[in-house]
Order: sequence, then structure tokens, then C-alpha cells
Amino acid sequence: MSNQFNRRRVLARLVASLGALPLAGCDFFSDNASVRNVLDRAESLTMAAQRLLLSRHALAQEFTEADISTHFRANGSTDPDDDAYQILAQSGFKDWRLQVDGLVQSPLQLSLDDLRAFPARTQITRHDCVEGWSCIGKWTGVPLSMVLQRAGLKPDAKYIVFYCADSLGGYLDQNKYYESIDLIDAFHPQTILAYDMNGAPLETPYGAPLRVRIERQLGYKMAKYIMRIEAVETFRHLGAGRGSYWADRNYEWYAGI
Amino acid sequence: MTTVANGDEVVYRHSGVIRLTHWVAVLCVALLFLSGLQIFNAHPALYLGQRSDFARPIASVGAAQEDNRTIGVTKIFGFSFDTTGFLGLSGPANEDEQAFPSWLTLPGYQDLAIGRRWHFFFAWLLVFNGMGYLLYSLLSGHVWHDLVPSARQLRGTGTSLRDHLLLRFPRGEEAKHYNVLQRLSYLIVLFVLVPLLIVTGLTMSPGLDAAFPFLTNALGGRQSARTIHFICAFALVAFAIIHVVMVLLSGVLNNMRSMITGWYAIKRETHVEPI
Repeated sequence: MSNQFNRRRVLARLVASLGALPLAGCDFFSDNASVRNVLDRAESLTMAAQRLLLSRHALAQEFTEADISTHFRANGSTDPDDDAYQILAQSGFKDWRLQVDGLVQSPLQLSLDDLRAFPARTQITRHDCVEGWSCIGKWTGVPLSMVLQRAGLKPDAKYIVFYCADSLGGYLDQNKYYESIDLIDAFHPQTILAYDMNGAPLETPYGAPLRVRIERQLGYKMAKYIMRIEAVETFRHLGAGRGSYWADRNYEWYAGI
Repeated sequence: MTTVANGDEVVYRHSGVIRLTHWVAVLCVALLFLSGLQIFNAHPALYLGQRSDFARPIASVGAAQEDNRTIGVTKIFGFSFDTTGFLGLSGPANEDEQAFPSWLTLPGYQDLAIGRRWHFFFAWLLVFNGMGYLLYSLLSGHVWHDLVPSARQLRGTGTSLRDHLLLRFPRGEEAKHYNVLQRLSYLIVLFVLVPLLIVTGLTMSPGLDAAFPFLTNALGGRQSARTIHFICAFALVAFAIIHVVMVLLSGVLNNMRSMITGWYAIKRETHVEPI
């Protein structure tokens, strides 16, 4: 009697768990650290394959004025909830300075006018969001390589980190947005520190006063509201150690896919 | 070839490589589909061209307000459908505002980042599996012998289609080889659908687009590629459903045994002598 009851219960449980397998099973696996470690290997493979098979100098496709999106979606922060940033914004960022430091020969403090004094590059490119949508916009700015050359990278510099004014968790969120790229992307000709969008100074939702364009990666790599650029050997000491705000939250650090 | 006690003939139908790559592909396609729906849920709208015209998607799924209640709405080419309970609004109490219901997404909760992790891992596995399969199939002659139909078989396509619809499956000598419908559908899946899924998947990558812009442009732009990717995924699922139904109807145990052990039994033909 109890045996039969047990068997029935086991059977019922089996059927129920089989039915729930796609859900519970995979959620269990999704939350399991060692499964995640295995899944995350795909990122290294993707990056290695892209770096091996694709030309490092390949340029992202550029479009014409006619292709520019009439409505360019603004994602992530659209108005940083940060006192210092808001004060700078009120005066049109005239007191804003881009700090360039870390593993460089000569740290820099650059105003918007200083940045505009550099040779500029304008590119009409497609912005691909990790969510799946795309918008086309025209960006003008100084190639990051020129700023880095003026500062002079030290030989042990391996990554460039962008520190931003925004935090997606609101006013009390201490986790400021940050991003990092390797030197291949940093010195790519289309990697620019953009101050203009569609021929006008960058508006707040799009990252005023300065955002970076990294055209061969997804939108979340292109940090907005940049306050500081640091050359580092490793980014392990930053945030959760994965190199960017979103990488710390399970997204790929290498967002070329 | 052997004959067992009851007189049935047993043939070795699927080699080890075919069986292994088949089941790995099953795993990959299932997980790619579920994680793909998770990714789609992050922006449940499809467009044509290079960029998203947010005001005019060709298809979209979402929740909307109607008569003071929330409903799930699916729009395709301007036609609107109430899909409450499945698309747009689902869950035990119809409170989850998401495009595809959580029982169809991987993970079951909304998490684009983890969905992408699953998707790209199993995309790589499917590519390696596919390369192993192709290498073996081309070298061993599997493609030419077992998949490419002969002219005679092609002429019998209509008859074969009618027989399948009437659930009359090949027997005896005929059952030893894939029939023409199997050959054609497997060829389409292997050499059209899956390659198209891979290419449209790759052209969604900004890294690859920089290296091979002509691929993206040939597909009509990145958003068109995404739409084609989505359609092909559902075409593959449609194939899988028909495939499983055929497996069930044409002798499930025999079919399963042959894809697990390789051995397939051919029923002894019982001839009814005319009086």
C-alpha cells in the first residue's frame, strides 16, 4: 500500500519534473556557477575567433545622410542623477574637464574646446543595441588614438577604462557606469570621443558632453557622460572585476557579437 | 544485415557519427530556440532594412490596455491579434508582460545577459557539431548515397507526399533507405535553413559586419537579417515538429532504437496469395 503510494508519488513527481524541466532545469543551470563558467567560455572563443579571422583594421560600414534615423533611441541613463554632473551641465560643461591618466607619460586635463582643437573625424554609423534594435547616427569627435598619443601610453598599458558620471541604479547607486576596451579597439580609426551627434553638440540622452564610439561592438560598450579615461594594465580591481558595468552584470566584456 | 527470430530483417541504418551529431544537434537547436526567444523578448519587434523604424515594425508583440484591462497583442503587417495568455501577456495569473511566455524562454525569468550566454555557447557547439557532421557525411558519401534523391525518386515526390498524408509509410526494401520527402527535407534543413540561420546570426554581429559588410547588405541590412533569423528559427521548429510526428507515426520504438543503437528493423513482408 505504502509502496504503491510511494511509487505513484515518485511517478507524479517525475512527470511533473519532466514537464518543468525546460524551466526549472535550465534556471537551475543558469544560476549554477560552474555551468556559468562553462557557458562563459563561448565569449573567449568568440573574441579569439573574431580577432583571428577578421582584419583588425576593418572599418565598420559607414552610411549616408539619408540613412540617419529620424528617431535615435536613447538607452541606459538618459540624464545622470549626479550632483557634480548636473552642476557642470547647467553651465554648458564649460568647467568640465576630461581627465586622462593612469599608465601615461603625461596626464591630461582637456576641456571641450581642447578636444575640438584636435583633428576631428565624422562618421555615419549603425548603432546596434544588445537588445536587438539598430539606429543610424552621425558622430563627430576626436580619434581616441590622438588623445592617447598626446598623453603617451606607458608600455605596460593594456586597457583603456572610461569612467562615467551616470549610475543606472539612481541617485543612491554607488556603482557608476564604466567600460573598458583593449588597445586594438582603442587605436582603431573609428574609435572616437564624440562631442557632436548629427551635426550638433551631443544632447544629454546621448551622453553629453562626451561619449565614445566603438563601432565594431554593441551599444553598451559606447560609454556616455565620460569624465575620465585611465590607461591600466588590468581591470580586475574595478567593480566586480569583469571590466565594465554590464560585464559585471553577466553581459560579455567583448561585445563584438 | 541480420535476420531475427520472428523473421524481421534488421539493418544497420545510422552510423555512430550520424547518431551522435543528431542528438547533439537536437540539444543545441532546442536550447538555441529557447534562449533565442529570451533574446527576442528584450526587444520584441522585427524590422526590415539596416535600422529599426520603431514606428513601423513589420511584426511586434506587446501588452496593451483595452477596456481597462491589460491584453497581449501581436501585430503582423499591421494586423492585430489578441494573444493574451500566450504572447504579450502570460503566466499563471496573466500578469507577466513579456513577448514569449516564460515556459518558452531560457532562462525562465527575464535575463537577456544569461540568454545570450546560453545562445552563443550552443551556437558554437552547433557549429562544431555541424562541421563534424559535414566532414563525415561528405567524405563517407552519406550525402550522395543517402540524402541526394535520384531522378526516379524525384519523379515519385507526388506519390510519396500522398502516401505520407495517408500515413502509408514505406515498407520492405523501400524502408531501408530515406524516402524522397525525407531526403528533400533533410537537405533543405542541412544546406539551406541551418546555414541561413548561422549567416543571419553572424551578420547581427557588429564585429563581423565590419569585416564582411557585403553579407549584411546582401541580406537586406542588419534588421532584415534579424527578421530572417527569426523566421528561419520557426521554420526549423516547424520541421522538428513534423519530424517528431513522423517518428511517432512510423514506428516510434523502431525509429528511436535506430537513432540510438543504429539498428532498424524491417518488417517481414507477408504476401497474401491471390485465391
